[in-house]
Amino acid sequence: MSWIYPAVLLGCLVATLPLELVLGTRVYRQPLRLLAALVPVLAVFLTWDAFAIHARHWHYRHLLGLRVGNVPVEEVAFFVVVPVCAVLTLEAVRRRRPGWRIGDEQR
Amino acid sequence: MTYTSAAALGLVFALVLDLALLRTKLLRRKAFWTAYAIVLCFQLVVNGVFTGQRLVVYSEPDIFGPRLFYAPVEDVAFGFSLVLQTLAWWVWWGRRASQARPSPPAASAARRPGPTETRRSSTR
Repeated sequence: MSWIYPAVLLGCLVATLPLELVLGTRVYRQPLRLLAALVPVLAVFLTWDAFAIHARHWHYRHLLGLRVGNVPVEEVAFFVVVPVCAVLTLEAVRRRRPGWRIGDEQR
Repeated sequence: MTYTSAAALGLVFALVLDLALLRTKLLRRKAFWTAYAIVLCFQLVVNGVFTGQRLVVYSEPDIFGPRLFYAPVEDVAFGFSLVLQTLAWWVWWGRRASQARPSPPAASAARRPGPTETRRSSTR
């Protein structure tokens, strides 16, 4: 079993945390919106991952061995962590460039 | 179906979601492309670790061939689709919420501040 996969994911969360705490991205402070954005993405990508594993497009080595269906738990965590980091990055860009509209501003 | 065709399909689905289904049109926003460029740099590093350490192994007949930091080029389309779909949903939910609320400048202009109203700015 390898600690690399979970360590990298944890690293992503730790590295992006200052965006929320220092830059004030207000992503973790909108938990329902974050969850609502994550759910459809998780549905699509867990399906894709399950299909790709079934079709043998890729396989995993040295993971925990815990699986949801045929998808390793590390992959489930990946599809939560990466979207959260992407949202934090977009909100960080908004904080640094307030003039750049994103499309959800109040008119 | 190969990973190459699955990646193409995933890319097209994300474009349709952003431009037609949710109509968030992030593909036309400078903020999206800036955020994506930042995410891509980190993706190449993280993906490079996973593939370089052979935690994830790809089936050679199912990929196009060229690799970027150990990972097949298809992973770039996979990652782009993941980021675009996430951000499209994020903006879509945010847009819904902001349309449900009256806009703050109009609302405060309509109200006449009374003498008792001293805590007006403390919540902003």
